[in-house]
Amino acid sequence: MPDTDTMIRLQDLRRVFAGGQAALDGVSLTVPAGRIFGVVGRSGAGKSTLLRCVNLLERPDSGRVSVAGADLLALDRTALSAARGRIGMVFQHFNLLSRRTAAENIALPLEIAGQSASDIAGRVSELLALVGLADRADAYPAQLSGGQKQRVGIARALANRPSLMLCDEATSALDPETTGDILRLIADLRHKLGLTVLLITHEMVVVKAICDDVAVMEHGRIIEQGRVFDVFTRPSHPTTQRFVAEVIGTGLPESTLARLPVPGPDAERQLLRLLFAGPSSTHAVISEASRRFGIDINIISGRIDEIGTEPFGTMAVAVYGSRDALADATRWMRDIGIGVETLTPEPAA
Amino acid sequence: MNGFLSPALQDLLVDASVETAEMVLAAAGIAVLLGLPLALGLVLTAPRGLAESAWVNRPLGLLVNAVRSVPFIILMVAIIPLTRLLAGTSIGTEAAIVPLAIAATAFIARLFETALTGVDAGLIEAAQSMGASRMQIITKVLIPESAPGLIAATTVTLVSLVGYSAMAGAIGGGGLGDLGIRFGYQRFMPTVMAVVVGLLIVVVQALQSAGDALVRRLSHTR
Repeated sequence: MPDTDTMIRLQDLRRVFAGGQAALDGVSLTVPAGRIFGVVGRSGAGKSTLLRCVNLLERPDSGRVSVAGADLLALDRTALSAARGRIGMVFQHFNLLSRRTAAENIALPLEIAGQSASDIAGRVSELLALVGLADRADAYPAQLSGGQKQRVGIARALANRPSLMLCDEATSALDPETTGDILRLIADLRHKLGLTVLLITHEMVVVKAICDDVAVMEHGRIIEQGRVFDVFTRPSHPTTQRFVAEVIGTGLPESTLARLPVPGPDAERQLLRLLFAGPSSTHAVISEASRRFGIDINIISGRIDEIGTEPFGTMAVAVYGSRDALADATRWMRDIGIGVETLTPEPAA
Repeated sequence: MNGFLSPALQDLLVDASVETAEMVLAAAGIAVLLGLPLALGLVLTAPRGLAESAWVNRPLGLLVNAVRSVPFIILMVAIIPLTRLLAGTSIGTEAAIVPLAIAATAFIARLFETALTGVDAGLIEAAQSMGASRMQIITKVLIPESAPGLIAATTVTLVSLVGYSAMAGAIGGGGLGDLGIRFGYQRFMPTVMAVVVGLLIVVVQALQSAGDALVRRLSHTR
């Protein structure tokens, strides 16, 4: 049944490489139209294979791949080529032809689609302007910076007016500042053109910066997925927690730990990370918890972060009190919608 | 050249130069025309290639290796029946072009294969992601991107052909090498030998420089 709200539907994809390693071990994923969907994972997690299954650069051993309602695995060679032409793809290493200028590189997909030279010329200037490279039309890739090359790569991906763009580690070869520029461009183009974007990355900062939804992959499986805000504020799988920690910093340096007061004879100490998202931000949590449960709360650090446009606060605290009081306090905080995680000391870097 | 070489020898030298040019250029032309499809065949049918097929790849590779295994002087004589069939004769400059072209085709096919294999797999993947057909990948990605390498391979082949063509005298092909052997060596005329060697050096230098210049013009990798 064609579903206009769904851009990509992958069902139970399996792919085993020669040597017996499963790159995809039963992956199902649905990407709604108009969203920026991120798949994050370490290298070897299977995310690259997953992305390549969407336009069948990689064929799964089993499973179903449907893009914009079309069952891609059922298409013959010609029909598949046409379908691929309607999906843009951006690469980590840009993959620009070295002997074509920026403009000629952007023209390539239009030539492949069999457009006339005059149509191509007009469309190429539009695209160059769209990615802010109107003045670099005649430069060869070797004369462009990494960020400029990726802009050419993005313009090329958008040449045939696709509704879906696949990004394969599109910013991993770029420095942090350029990464920010390219991510803003992608987010901007999504709004301007109504694109759906599926991107894979090993960097959680990329997900945090532009994704609406995220899936976390490990060993060829999706271990957690949801809205980026929810996954960031309440990561459930340990791997996801580690990914989130990279961006938000949930660890506690041992030197800081050593300076914290030691609990008294009847008390215990717990190190917690509190997460404030949405309505709970209105509670006077610290003083209320202290009054209600007779515990002491030592604030170690606090910060406000933003995911997309949604703010959330995190606070690292040391709480002192009887075991029961600490358990009650934790339960109460969770009840009023605050995320509570145990902080783990990390070795000094 | 008054007195340096007799007018008769000067005529022989001009004739020999023309014969060498004929043999080298004709054989190289044929080698490029046959070697490129052969190399594309090898690359496309190779494991993980765009048209992977061991049934095509192995015999093709074997054929190329077989030709390359036979020393040129032997090849020239061994394929005389084929030469007679194609050139109508087994003696003379035209006849020498047949074995030269065959040897050069096998030679250039391997060099072209290396140049084509050097094209970044990411570029092919990018073209595939745009919906390119195999023919479009060949004409818009593989050949243009490997053009500097293809030109360099052609230059090496031309230079090698100049050397191979010296053996063409064995079947009456003539040329500069033959002149050097018959006059410079067998008739003890060191001046003729020196002129022949000098000319060959100049020709090879010119070919190499022209090839290098073309490669530089075609490369855009800074």
